[in-house]
Amino acid sequence: MSINRKELTEIANLAKLDLNAEQTQQVCQSLNQITDMVERIKKADTAQVDPMFHPCDFWMPLRKDVVTEATHKEQLLALAKQADADFYLVPKVIE
Amino acid sequence: MINLSLRELNQLLTSKQISPAELGSVYLDRCRQFNPTLNALIHVQNDLAAADLLTADRSQSILAGIPLIHKDLFSTKGVTTSAASRMLADYVPPFDATVVGRLRDAGMVSLGKANMDEFAMGSSNEYSYFGAVNNPWDLSRVPGGSSGGSAAAVAARLTPVATASDTGGSIRQPAAMCGITGIKPSYGRASRYGMIAFASSLDQAGVMAVSADDCGLVLEAMMGHDDKDSTSILAEPWRWQAPQEASMQGLKVGVIPDWIEQLKDNDIKRSTQQALDTLVSKGAELIEVDLPHADLAVAAYYILAPAEASANLARFDGIRYGHQSAEPCDDINDMYRKSRNEGFGQEVQRRIMLGTWALSSGYYDDYYCQAQRIRRLISEDFKQAFSKVDIMAVPVSPEVAFKQGEKSDGVSMYQADQFTIPASLAGLPCMSMPIQPVRGLPVGLQLIGPYFNEQVILSTAARFQLVTDYHLQMPEAFL
Repeated sequence: MSINRKELTEIANLAKLDLNAEQTQQVCQSLNQITDMVERIKKADTAQVDPMFHPCDFWMPLRKDVVTEATHKEQLLALAKQADADFYLVPKVIE
Repeated sequence: MINLSLRELNQLLTSKQISPAELGSVYLDRCRQFNPTLNALIHVQNDLAAADLLTADRSQSILAGIPLIHKDLFSTKGVTTSAASRMLADYVPPFDATVVGRLRDAGMVSLGKANMDEFAMGSSNEYSYFGAVNNPWDLSRVPGGSSGGSAAAVAARLTPVATASDTGGSIRQPAAMCGITGIKPSYGRASRYGMIAFASSLDQAGVMAVSADDCGLVLEAMMGHDDKDSTSILAEPWRWQAPQEASMQGLKVGVIPDWIEQLKDNDIKRSTQQALDTLVSKGAELIEVDLPHADLAVAAYYILAPAEASANLARFDGIRYGHQSAEPCDDINDMYRKSRNEGFGQEVQRRIMLGTWALSSGYYDDYYCQAQRIRRLISEDFKQAFSKVDIMAVPVSPEVAFKQGEKSDGVSMYQADQFTIPASLAGLPCMSMPIQPVRGLPVGLQLIGPYFNEQVILSTAARFQLVTDYHLQMPEAFL
C-alpha cells in the first residue's frame, strides 16, 4: 500500500494540517516507509480473532452520571487567545 | 546525600537531621548547576513551593519531604505544562493531574518539569520543542525517550524520583539507556486524569528512580482507582514490601532465546546473559517461552498509537487553549490549519497523518481492526507464557544509547522499540533495571509480570539489586 500525493493532501485536510509542495513530497516518502513496514500485519491469519480495542478485557467501573466538578468558566476562558464575555472568538463561520 | 535511598532520606527527615526545605534545596541547586548541560528540565522552580513544604511537614507518609520532578505531560495547577510542544508552550493548567495531587498529598516536594519527546512521541528525546536532552553518561548521545528528561534527571541525581509515562516503551527504554530503574504498572493502575493523552488505550503513568525499592514506594502512593478516569481499575491497591533477602528460590523466569539472539551487539548479549545467570545463582529457574506473534507488535503499534493520537490531538484547535497562529486567517478552517501547523512538530504531524490514514474509509478494517486483532494474539501469547512462568526477563533495547542525529528516519527509530511494545499492547506491568554496563554505557533488563502483579517484578528487581550495584553507579561528571 502506498499513499500518493493526492491522498496525502486529503489526509492532511482531514487532519487540519497544511502541507506545501515540498513538504508533501517529504511526508509522502516518509509515510510510505512506515506503511511498507506495517503492511506485514495483513499477512497474519486473524479470521477467528476478535479485535482487542482495550487492554483490560473486563468490566470497567462507571461513575454516577452527576456533575462532580465546579464550573471554572473564567479560568478556562482565560486560556483562550481571544475571548469576549462568555464566548470564544473565532473567524466568521456563517455568511 | 545524592546516592541515598528514599528510606535513608526519610530517616534523615524524620530524625530532623535535615528539613524538607534543606533537602529540596540540595537538589534544586543541582538542577540549576547541571540542567544547562543536560537540558533534562523544561522548567526549574525558582523556589520550593511553600504549600509543598507545609504538606511535607504534616504528612506521615514515608515520602514526606522527598523531592521529585514531573514529566511535563502531567498537568500541574498554576505551572506551565507543555508536553514539550509549541502547541502548549504557554499552557498553564487550572487543575492537577490525579498522580500529581496524590504525590503532593503524600508530601513530595516538586522541583520542576522534565523535558520529553513532544506529546511523548519518540524514542530519543530529540523531538522536543525545547531541544534535545543529553545523556548524562555521554552528552553526545540520546537519553532515550519519550521520558528522556525524567531519566537523565534521575541518572544525574537532579532528583531522587521522577514521574514518567510509557506508551510503547517510554519509561523502560530511557531507564535502560540512562542506567536507572523505571516501572510502568499494569494499564489502569494509575490514573490518566490530567496526563496529556497520546494513545489512550496504551498510555500509563509510572515512576523512575534509582532502585526498585524507591520505585515501589512511589508507585504505591500514586496508583489506585480514580473516579475521574473511567479506565482506572477498581482492584485493591497493594502495599509495597521490600524483600529482605536476595533468594529467588522457586521463581520461574520466562526467557525468549530468540530475542537474545536478535541482539546484534555481543556485549549487550553477554550483559543480558550475565544478569540471567545472577537470577539463577539466587535460585530462580529459567524456562524458555515463546511469543509467536511478537514480531508483528511494532507494525501493529504504529497503526494503533498514531490512530489514537490523531483522535486525541484533534482537540488542539488553537481556539480554546494552546497555540493560535498570528497569521491572517481566511476562515476558521484556515485558523485550525495554521495553528496546528505552527504548533505541532514534524514527528507529531507525521503520526497524526498516519493515524488519520489508518482510520480513514477503506483502510479501517484492513489496518486498524487488523492491528487490534494482532493485539489480541499478542495478549494471548502472554497468557500462554504466564501459565508456565511467574515473570519474564527479556532485553529492553537492542542497543545502548545511540548518538544524537544517528537515526534520521522514523522507521529505524520505531524498530528500537521492538522489545518494549509487546507488553504495552497487552497492558502488562513491566520495568527496566540496570545490569552490567557496556563500553561505559548503561544497559537494562526488562522484567514483565502478569496483569495486576507489579509486586513480582519489583521484588525480583529489588532482590537483584541486593546483590548487584549497577543501579547505584552514576556518571562521574555529575558526582
